[in-house]
Amino acid sequence: MATDTLTTPGTASARPPRRHRGGIRGNENVAGWLFVAPVIVILGLFLLLPILMALWVSLTGWNGQGSPFTGDVPFVGGDNYSRLFAEDGLARRDFMTAIRNNVYYVGIVVPVQTALALGLALVVNNRLLRGKGFFRSAFYFPSVTSSVAISVVFLFLFANSGAVNRLLGLLGITGPEWFADGRGVLHLLLGAFGVDSAPAALASGGPFGLSWWEWLSGPSVAMTSIICLVIWTTSGTFMLMYLAALQNVPVALDEASTLDGASRWQRFRYVTLPLLKPTTFLVVTLGLIGSWQVFDQVYVMSQGNPAKTTLTPAYLSYRTAFRDFDYGSGAAISFVLFLIIILLTLFQRRLMADRDGPRRGRWWRRRVPEGS
Amino acid sequence: MAVLTDRPAPVARRADRGPRARVNRLLGYAVLVFFGLVYLYPFVIQLGNSLKTEPDAAANPLSPWPDPLTLAGFERIFAGTNFPLWLGNSLLVTVLVTLGRVFFDSLAGYALARLRFRGRAGLFAAVIAVMAVPGVVLLIPKFLVLNQLGLYDSYAGLVVPLLADAAGVFIMKQFFESVPVSVEEAARIDGAGVFRTFWSVVLPMARPALITLTILSFQGSWNEFPHSLVSVQDPDLFTLPRGLADLVSGSLGSGTQYPLKLGAALLATIPVAVLFVIFQRYFVRGANDGADKG
Repeated sequence: MATDTLTTPGTASARPPRRHRGGIRGNENVAGWLFVAPVIVILGLFLLLPILMALWVSLTGWNGQGSPFTGDVPFVGGDNYSRLFAEDGLARRDFMTAIRNNVYYVGIVVPVQTALALGLALVVNNRLLRGKGFFRSAFYFPSVTSSVAISVVFLFLFANSGAVNRLLGLLGITGPEWFADGRGVLHLLLGAFGVDSAPAALASGGPFGLSWWEWLSGPSVAMTSIICLVIWTTSGTFMLMYLAALQNVPVALDEASTLDGASRWQRFRYVTLPLLKPTTFLVVTLGLIGSWQVFDQVYVMSQGNPAKTTLTPAYLSYRTAFRDFDYGSGAAISFVLFLIIILLTLFQRRLMADRDGPRRGRWWRRRVPEGS
Repeated sequence: MAVLTDRPAPVARRADRGPRARVNRLLGYAVLVFFGLVYLYPFVIQLGNSLKTEPDAAANPLSPWPDPLTLAGFERIFAGTNFPLWLGNSLLVTVLVTLGRVFFDSLAGYALARLRFRGRAGLFAAVIAVMAVPGVVLLIPKFLVLNQLGLYDSYAGLVVPLLADAAGVFIMKQFFESVPVSVEEAARIDGAGVFRTFWSVVLPMARPALITLTILSFQGSWNEFPHSLVSVQDPDLFTLPRGLADLVSGSLGSGTQYPLKLGAALLATIPVAVLFVIFQRYFVRGANDGADKG
């Protein structure tokens, strides 16, 4: 580890010939543990221990009464998990609906916020424009504000007679009733071609208890407004990552390609974009990890409504535990979500480790904007 | 989009003054201004509508100008809701959490960077692993442990679990590793103990990292919502985000009351906004730490 190579030579040369109290390093064993003790206690007590407790609860039918760690609580084994995947019923329907909603959410949020972040970074990085610092701050500002406060603003913007619909009205479009509209966007598109209800082939028989037609709904209109909000708040953070990478692109490369007669588009496509590939990997994987965690916005704006089309696994686990008092099922949903996110994280770390080589260790300190 | 990828290349400089360059620049500004509006206008609308009457906000949501201008929304925030209480709770929680994080994270970061003790490598690996744990899957687990420890529905439950965070430990460790060892060695040789060396020699040198951590902690705990959701249910213990969420979910009674809600959200945003304006580069560093030190 880099630390050792840093400290060892210094200590060796600076160690005094006379050792008192067991030497200058002698009490470091104790001091080291004392220094980390508060963090170990807090993270152990409020992070690791709770995860183990929740793992146990996910195997029980605890309803929130008394302690879940007494003999009175029914042990149900893997039932809470199998109800999510194997048994036909409301639990599986809701869970799979939440998964479907989140998949569409991820499928739109991640590509759009990545493209937008890159676009904004390119504009802000343009040396010919003045006032870039101001605009950089403006694009980044939504990322640092409270998700709840921003959700309140977007509730107003997307209200039935709100700013967005007014704006659409100026363009001659009648806006939808955003938060009351549970129609899927793909269904609406198909409807435009005259396909108003499920064709016989799609009306049933899809995997995990939802019909193919339900799986293919697309995000609902209500979900679209949450998607807009999230893209708007997180693209600024990712723009900063692109900006940092762009500033590392060697000028000489660009000059050389200009001399070779490359057009701007060619320079972007064949010089800049390949150099940004590591950053794009990073932004995409951080986006994937973050967007499976969307919770605050759903809680404030829609509570899973209308018609469960803004339900996400994170919100469903909360609702199952704290509203329906089925803590076992709620915890089981949490663990499935945990698994999804951890797999994505491991995938990302593997990718980055392969890429970074000697520089590894830098990428993981980045903070994932929640709900992104 | 390709127009905007201009790099500071001497070759291109000659073209800066041509008519084509002017068109490009104009286009660049147009894009900047358009997105500037997209990103800032919602805040303008928020401010404008918080100063409107309710019928005015409903009739002219796009206009930033209140007609008539009224402070009624704000008056009702303070008279008709628990806003002052939430504000007080948020301040208390934020100050305590920030102090705790700055102190505990730098202690641990220093130990992991500098002190040689058995189990250090394993601990550091654990910190890295903990950073990967997504916050939203901890909702039920946190509730369980707070409930079990008897901390549910108390200030301790709001504050204590947030007093340390793995990301902060990581930031501090990285920083301490970049500080030259010679100064500490000198202090140690002069007979200063480990804590003394840390407190009066190393910590004062860590100012930039401490500011970054302070700001990240302040922002994080001021905006923290899910934790307050699962740690308290007593309305007297609500923090600002929790109170706001409660307002929106309809504890207000009749009408949409948008001026009031927007005003309350605005007030909740102001502290972080002020911090952002003053310490912008620390925010940028926090979000993007390390990316510029290629």
